[in-house]
Amino acid sequence: MSLSAPNTTAAAAPEPGLAIDHRRRFHAGRAASAVVVLFVLVWLCYTVIVNPNIHWDVIAKYQFAHVIFSGLWVTIQLTIISMVIGILIGIAVAVMQLSENVVLRYSATLYIWFFRGTPLLVQLIFWFNLALLFPRVSIAVPFGGPELTGWQTNQVVTSFVAAVLGLSINEGAYMSQIVRAGIQAVPPGQREAAESLGMSGRQVFSRVVLPQAMRVIIPPTSNQFISMLKTTSLVSVIAGADLLTVAQHLYLANFEVIALLIVASIWYLVLTTVASVGQYYVERHYSPERSDRRSVGARIRRNMRPGLGRMEELA
Amino acid sequence: MTVPSANASLDSARTGQLGAPLVRVEGVRKSFGRVQVLNGIDLDVTAGQVVCIIGPSGSGKSTLLRCLNRLETIDAGRIWIDGELMGLEERNGRVRPLPTSRVRHQRERIGMVFQNFNLFPHRTTLENVMEGPIVVKGMARNRAKAEALAMLERVGMADRIDHYPGQLSGGQQQRVAIARALAMAPRLMLFDEPTSALDPELVGDVLAVMKDLARDGMTMVVVTHEMGFAREVGDKLIFMDDGIVLEQGHPADVLSNPQHDRTRTFLSRVLK
Repeated sequence: MSLSAPNTTAAAAPEPGLAIDHRRRFHAGRAASAVVVLFVLVWLCYTVIVNPNIHWDVIAKYQFAHVIFSGLWVTIQLTIISMVIGILIGIAVAVMQLSENVVLRYSATLYIWFFRGTPLLVQLIFWFNLALLFPRVSIAVPFGGPELTGWQTNQVVTSFVAAVLGLSINEGAYMSQIVRAGIQAVPPGQREAAESLGMSGRQVFSRVVLPQAMRVIIPPTSNQFISMLKTTSLVSVIAGADLLTVAQHLYLANFEVIALLIVASIWYLVLTTVASVGQYYVERHYSPERSDRRSVGARIRRNMRPGLGRMEELA
Repeated sequence: MTVPSANASLDSARTGQLGAPLVRVEGVRKSFGRVQVLNGIDLDVTAGQVVCIIGPSGSGKSTLLRCLNRLETIDAGRIWIDGELMGLEERNGRVRPLPTSRVRHQRERIGMVFQNFNLFPHRTTLENVMEGPIVVKGMARNRAKAEALAMLERVGMADRIDHYPGQLSGGQQQRVAIARALAMAPRLMLFDEPTSALDPELVGDVLAVMKDLARDGMTMVVVTHEMGFAREVGDKLIFMDDGIVLEQGHPADVLSNPQHDRTRTFLSRVLK
């Protein structure tokens, strides 16, 4: 046994007596489980491939059909518009919640309580049927004053508008919690340092607090975005013309239910995968000096697991 | 005075006096809930003076410093900076808090250095120093950059301008924080235990920058535990205990010949 200082150059050829066998041990339990899982997977694939009830020719025919693309485009539009409005609402409501004014604070809490406390599906149907409550929307003097100009509600609130209203107002309630957590994660010393330089409240918020809050806000927000891509399928109940709606219209005519659901699912997977890649780059952009450089593949795999992504983010 | 105020005559009367103090504190009281933190503080700092504040933790020294640039509000008393009532306005015989939009202009002339540096982590060294002049003073980018580089040169950080705060040691961060405060061309610099969060071997660099500042005639109020710095650089040493100024005088006198038992006890613990 030698007690001399470790010689780094000798790493390739350690002394015979000090070598360590780094080959992995054989774990019988793990191996057995893997064999079982592999068997189930192969069997599942086999049953799907040989199943005569899955009409691959129909899937191939519709996968790139014009009508499917129109639904895909509506889904993308709904997601982006609803997320943008939802984020703006979220920032406003978060600032209200952190305000020292009681009215602002409780109004924000009321909004969050209501829109998180009722199902999104119910809210969508509600917005779609807004005309039953308010037959006309108009610009008028409040509290029963004269009407300046107005429209039939049914002409203004189309199913697309109802979908955007429902999705964005609901999203705003969730986003406000994400934004608030981000703002609160900025150490109070940052605000003090900015104030001691003579910055105004607005400058402190926009130049010091919000950019730092973004690092906390971005990861859950991109999860919300990916979630929104899939949530838009709910608007099929109000004939939203999105991907699922057009798929449904097709299979109601030709009864190819499974084939068209597979067509839609493939496009949903493409969307979430592309969004996951985008998420990787956005998150990297907002943490330039952090070395959180997980591979794109890891991000995609993470987003395939429901619910786990966020917990990993906290870890 | 950049801030127009109702008590302009009062301002000019005070600044007009020969040798008027840059900082005047009169009867300042402050409590957090039921805890009385400041219990009637009187203090004068003349231009160019370095005043060191020492005392046990909880004696109110940091709170007093934070009251000077109104990071904390005061319950009673008056603070004048450069002859101007800080954070308050006299109108119709009543004294009321100034709106924050006007307090911020008063703060421009007071630099502050924090125990935990509080550099902006999302900005580089250079951007941290440029931020105040550009955002608050509306200075042109080129000029702000030139002045920031000069400030960083002065604190010995000119070779780290593209580093983020997270890539710097505590001592380096604190020197950048001093440059950030100096970039606003303040009349007064406040230091809140600037070396307390530093590893011992890094304290010297920060103190050297502060000594350099003092030599150049900067008015400084320093809350510190560095008795060597107080003795060497300070013009006045203040010992605070239980929210009052228990003892003050020339640092050498207070340190070697304290008048109160509590000062003696404190110094014997700190000086070993």
